[in-house]
Amino acid sequence: MLFQKLTDNDLFGSVRDMQRLQNSLNRLLSDRIPVEASAEFPPLNVWTSENGVIVRAEIPGVAPEDVDISLVNDTLTLRGSRNPDELKEGESRHRQERGYGLFTRSLQLPFGVEADHVQARFSNGVLQITLPRSEAEKPRRISVVSES
Amino acid sequence: MPNELLEMNRQEVASQGSAEQTRTHKLYTPITDIHESKEQLVLLADMPGVKQDGVDITLEQNILTIYGHVDQPELPGYTLTYAEYGIGSYKRVFALSNEIDREGIQASVKNGVLKLVLPKSKRAIPRKIAVQAE
Repeated sequence: MLFQKLTDNDLFGSVRDMQRLQNSLNRLLSDRIPVEASAEFPPLNVWTSENGVIVRAEIPGVAPEDVDISLVNDTLTLRGSRNPDELKEGESRHRQERGYGLFTRSLQLPFGVEADHVQARFSNGVLQITLPRSEAEKPRRISVVSES
Repeated sequence: MPNELLEMNRQEVASQGSAEQTRTHKLYTPITDIHESKEQLVLLADMPGVKQDGVDITLEQNILTIYGHVDQPELPGYTLTYAEYGIGSYKRVFALSNEIDREGIQASVKNGVLKLVLPKSKRAIPRKIAVQAE
């Protein structure tokens, strides 16, 4: 995953690493993040900033109370199930494209988060989880004192 | 827990003929289930992010067009760093084979799923014709 690559990279490693970082940054700065097609359900979009991370998942057709969100250390897990639309007698299917059943998705977050302040919101089939970055892990500015 | 829910990825709508969109955002084909009973057709389309008032349904002759508008999420200060789905509106066109009772069409949106109930017109419901013995 992109942000993992970003954090795992040794900044002062090889030139290739620097280039990779450059590419990742370019992708970050431009709006055109390539969509990584995935058959995993639900598909996730991840938004990051200095202060936290927002995970959005498209879970249409699932009631908010049927989604279970858990956070263990820096791993976020979504669980739930989508129930099939039962056919009544005399009905026939023309088209069946939507999937049914249980789903689980886990995501490793790029930094530690304040577990007590995580918020989840579900609207129109889109789940949005806001995870604030833990204070201890926020980037800090270090001032240099001159000794002259 | 195994992930048994696998789904096809939705596709971007290819431009049809010479008609182009006036808005610049993307347009996707919503994945759809359709089932039929004697009296009606029921259509379920996944349209995550679409509000009740963002749906537009038209039926012209036997061409049914469903459209769902999605607003871009506004997350000030945040940048999209990883994406598995594209954000755009939804459009899909179906040719219906049955005659539909236009007045009776019902549409509702719940948890990002559009449900469309299309009752068949009285003329199209099969009737049983009794054969009389002479």
